[in-house]
Amino acid sequence: MADCVVSIAEFRSGNFRRVSFEVASEARKVADALNLPLYGIAVGSGVSDKAVELGYYGVDKVFVADDPALEHYVPEIYVPVVASLIEQWNPAAVLLPASVDGKDLSARLAARLQTGLAQDCIQVVCEDGVIKAKRPIFAGKCLAWCEWAEGALPMISCRPNVMDCKAADATRQAQVEKVTATLPESRSRALGVELDTTGKVELTEAEIIVSGGRGMKAAENFAILEALAKELGAAVGASRAAVDAGWRPHSDQVGQTGKVVNPNLYIAVGISGAIQHLAGMGSSKYIVAINKDPEAPIFTKADYGIVEDLFKFIPAFTEEVRKLKSTC
Amino acid sequence: MNIVVLLKQTPDTESVIRIAPDGQSIVTQDLKWIINPYDEFAVEAALRLKEKHGGTVTIVSWGPQRVVESIRTALAMGADKGILLEDDALDGGDSLGVARALAAIVQGLQPDIVLCGSRAVDYDLAQRGPMVAELLGWPHLGLAVSLESDGSSVTIERPIEGGKVTLQATLPALVTMGGSHAVWNPRYASLPGIMKAKKKPLEMKKLADLGLSAEECGSQAAKIRIVSLEMPPERKPGRIIDDGLDTEGKAAALVKALHEEAKVI
Ligand SMILES: Cc1cc2nc3c(=O)[nH]c(=O)nc-3n(C[C@H](O)[C@H](O)[C@H](O)COP(=O)(O)OP(=O)(O)OC[C@H]3O[C@@H](n4cnc5c(N)ncnc54)[C@H](O)[C@@H]3O)c2cc1C
Repeated sequence: MADCVVSIAEFRSGNFRRVSFEVASEARKVADALNLPLYGIAVGSGVSDKAVELGYYGVDKVFVADDPALEHYVPEIYVPVVASLIEQWNPAAVLLPASVDGKDLSARLAARLQTGLAQDCIQVVCEDGVIKAKRPIFAGKCLAWCEWAEGALPMISCRPNVMDCKAADATRQAQVEKVTATLPESRSRALGVELDTTGKVELTEAEIIVSGGRGMKAAENFAILEALAKELGAAVGASRAAVDAGWRPHSDQVGQTGKVVNPNLYIAVGISGAIQHLAGMGSSKYIVAINKDPEAPIFTKADYGIVEDLFKFIPAFTEEVRKLKSTC
Repeated sequence: MNIVVLLKQTPDTESVIRIAPDGQSIVTQDLKWIINPYDEFAVEAALRLKEKHGGTVTIVSWGPQRVVESIRTALAMGADKGILLEDDALDGGDSLGVARALAAIVQGLQPDIVLCGSRAVDYDLAQRGPMVAELLGWPHLGLAVSLESDGSSVTIERPIEGGKVTLQATLPALVTMGGSHAVWNPRYASLPGIMKAKKKPLEMKKLADLGLSAEECGSQAAKIRIVSLEMPPERKPGRIIDDGLDTEGKAAALVKALHEEAKVI
């Protein structure tokens, strides 16, 4: 018989990343369905002081490995630390973030624990004691339900920004237990980190994205999208054509070979809507397309379309957004 | 430097995906097959390492006969030899089963470095590299957007949410490739390259050649499987905002629609 459900949190620069709370909330639902306690794992440097926050989202007991050597995610070091905890238990499932680091950790952890991993899931269900997880394949062109073989531990990484997050309940205190992790010998290490301090919103976590394509014509023209994004509190994305042209960094590319995004609102500006681009943003809640070509395929997927020259339209649109913001 | 690239063949990114009658797999008949784009970045990075340090680039792949074509493409780009694991016993295996077989091949080759894509654009599992590294007990560095090696260690840049990390490992190590076409700009196979590729060695292997069995790598070993597929909800084409309005009028109408109807701004 299983004795717990496990939720692994992600800690960076002194704080849990929001997806940690989404994962805890989702794991809480699974734990409730199975009538089991929810154990949290928090690994990092300085994580002890924050561990109690995981309780607000439904974790019953948090196991904390706090060490300056765990400041940055290095797979060879993190995996043994996390695995040694899980191996002491008999979990019904392990849930963790499908963030950049989480996807890496989950894969190596699954190999160490000799089990199957459902990566980047958008839904988890538990019916009659059986856990199933749904995940996009072919960059969202199709959706797959996964199930585990009898006796195999379901390991599930959860896509950020998709699953519901409980409201924090600060009266719900988790029990916190510090573990003394024996750090393994490692042939790999982090040499340094550069964090963007401009407050730029990460594409995979953004509620609104303004993306530009080949229609933007030049790098400097993205200034008009930046201005719009600033009004909307949005992140700026790009099509492959804009990235290949060197107008935007590769980290901005949305699509099958770029980032898969799930915002509430995706505004595609001067983007034709190639299948590889649609694959990356097709699950956005609302899509707006701005294109001067009425035949552009993006219009067949857009909730609202505007047939206009973007250089005329975007400034006018930005002005209207500014007006709206000043009235509410 | 002896370099191995783990290469997967995937459907072309243009492909329209259809669910097969069994409800658990996709229709593959009409698909065009390509090298997984991230693995193509790995081939490019491997060739650059070879140009700097000398040595050989070995392409390791698995799957049916058609995969030979992708291996030949990588050989035409400049890789030296290929190995294809073709065994029906792998059918229905999961990532861990395949990783076991790939780790066994790598072990036999004893390379200095293994490169592969951070993910494949078909099943998007992002687990081949980390799993193989774990089974080998090697370090792995993931999502490289740059890669430098002095012959005894490897250093990469890894983009993370809101920044980037520089990671280093001593060799042997496994590196998975991130970035984009713009970052890696993989070379095309030249015509002389294509001619030469025809004569380069390509070895076929079965699980038994690796000392492995279907029970360890195939469907019986699978811990996870796809039980059903469904199509994402079809998007209905929406509305073109026009009504004979001028630019400012359309902008105002769009803001109104987003604020009042969609309630997203
Ligand atoms: C292996 C592979 C992987 C790929 N991966 C990706 C990916 O991840 N992401 C991705 O985006 N693409 C990807 N692609 C590329 C994809 O096929 C398209 O080439 C690309 O998406 C086109 O970008 P675009 O829409 O910006 O450019 P175009 O298709 O050239 O479209 C530009 C649009 O701008 C409009 N326009 C021009 N001027 C104006 C103006 N003044 N005002 C308004 N509209 C204007 C035009 O009407 C046109 O519709 C991939 C391709 C391959 C082969």
